[in-house]
Amino acid sequence: MLNRDGVASKDQVLSRFPSNEVLVKAKAITECYEEIPCNPCATSCPFDAIHIGEDINTKPVVDFDLCTGCGICVYSCPGLAIVTAQIVKDKARFKLPYEFRPLPIVGEVWDGVNRNGEVICKALIEKVTYTARVDRTALVQVSVPLEFIHEFITVRRVL
Amino acid sequence: MINKDLVIIGGGPAGLSAAKLAAESGLSSLIVERDFKLGGQLVKQTHMFFGSEKQYAKTRGIDIAKILVDDVLKYPEMVEVMTDTTVVGLYEDKVITLLHNDEYIKVQSKAIIIATGASEKVLAFPNNDLPGIYGAGAVQTLMNVNGVLPGNDVVMVGSGNIGLIVSYQLMQAGVNVKCVIEASSSIGGYKVHASKLKRLGVDILTSHSVKRANGTEALESIVISKLDENWDYIEGTEKTIEVDSLCISVGLSPLSSLLSMIGVDMKYVSSLGGLVPYIDSHHETSVKDVYVAGDVCGVEEASSAIVEGYLTGLIVASSLGFKHENYDELYRDFKAQLENLRSGPFGEKTREGLQEIARNHDVK
Repeated sequence: MLNRDGVASKDQVLSRFPSNEVLVKAKAITECYEEIPCNPCATSCPFDAIHIGEDINTKPVVDFDLCTGCGICVYSCPGLAIVTAQIVKDKARFKLPYEFRPLPIVGEVWDGVNRNGEVICKALIEKVTYTARVDRTALVQVSVPLEFIHEFITVRRVL
Repeated sequence: MINKDLVIIGGGPAGLSAAKLAAESGLSSLIVERDFKLGGQLVKQTHMFFGSEKQYAKTRGIDIAKILVDDVLKYPEMVEVMTDTTVVGLYEDKVITLLHNDEYIKVQSKAIIIATGASEKVLAFPNNDLPGIYGAGAVQTLMNVNGVLPGNDVVMVGSGNIGLIVSYQLMQAGVNVKCVIEASSSIGGYKVHASKLKRLGVDILTSHSVKRANGTEALESIVISKLDENWDYIEGTEKTIEVDSLCISVGLSPLSSLLSMIGVDMKYVSSLGGLVPYIDSHHETSVKDVYVAGDVCGVEEASSAIVEGYLTGLIVASSLGFKHENYDELYRDFKAQLENLRSGPFGEKTREGLQEIARNHDVK
């Protein structure tokens, strides 16, 4: 349970995902389940696809029609609580925030990790964006087997 | 005796913001800072801030420190800074005595803003004085300011935002965080911080506390225990964990001792972290021309301290005859920002606490 161990329930996670049909294009998955005073996801979105409004304690709502899956909100979220997800054939492709060093290198295969911190699959590193704009939160694009689309959350270097 | 219009005690987020707005209004000030450099606790906060753009959300604390310091350095004729300087005495006639390089300096000020911040609370358990047992904030300073690792294997006590954030930063520095323990039955800080740790494989054990520390020369292990709903240890649930470091992050208390020194009316308000001054809507204490801003009048996030600093600097300047040309607009904006930051469930304690110390303008 989120309040006790920091792990969102399956229902909470699913509530943040659009349908698989929508996910043929990349979309932002905002795992922000709590009213906290914070709105950079909304103000950083160049497409006005994330709505919070005047009261910055409001939880973000994504308009999947407007969201292009660009990933700007991913590295703008102070809580590292946003990824983008996309279905590409039999793979799920994610853009995720990564703040550990050394950074992954394109072509490497890392462990795919779930919200419990358990290794569940392999993740192919497809792209690593590390520019002044991302401000030290690297944007890492990876792909994992499609069956893990609702379980996968981050990558870990293989020990 | 040196004469000043405004002395600001503390060069952290609240003090710096106050100096900026005072200078913008035309009032010069002296910032007195105990540390060797300005910035307060921001200088070790490598994470992105929450809040909104006006409080520099998504900017890292270390970079907000630079912004706020640069803001006051833009007014070299208006803002004087004394670092490595400790206030040793504060008197009701607004005489302040300072210690700097073994020199004792007396300053007469027309107004004072006390922005001394807060300090870490400690936790009582057997052997809590063993080397290797730190405050979480101290560990953050060691790592992120001085580049020194506290140890190899750490347990964090307390799951408020500081405990969660410092645990994450320990992991970033390559330290093994064995777990976070929390006496309450639910996580104290933002769940996004908790989730970040959990996906790194760090367990957060709610309803757990540290029972004792073991070690001869330094910390070698700790014993943790489950707690029942009354926060009493449940027998038979003890577990020994081998660690060389233990971080205590069980909250902050306002550094309000200077206020006590000049007889400001104070109250113990647990939701604000401890002993805090009664203040009016202008952040003025019961002693005329003595103001407070930031954690010293209630522990909150640094975002609120920044806005409280702006607000108080604006007000103090006006009260000394230097009214900002956009006073009304800025006043409304700062008040609205504070209300917005505090309006959610995490602001509830602050909202309640501030009502307890609200003071009418006419009192005293």
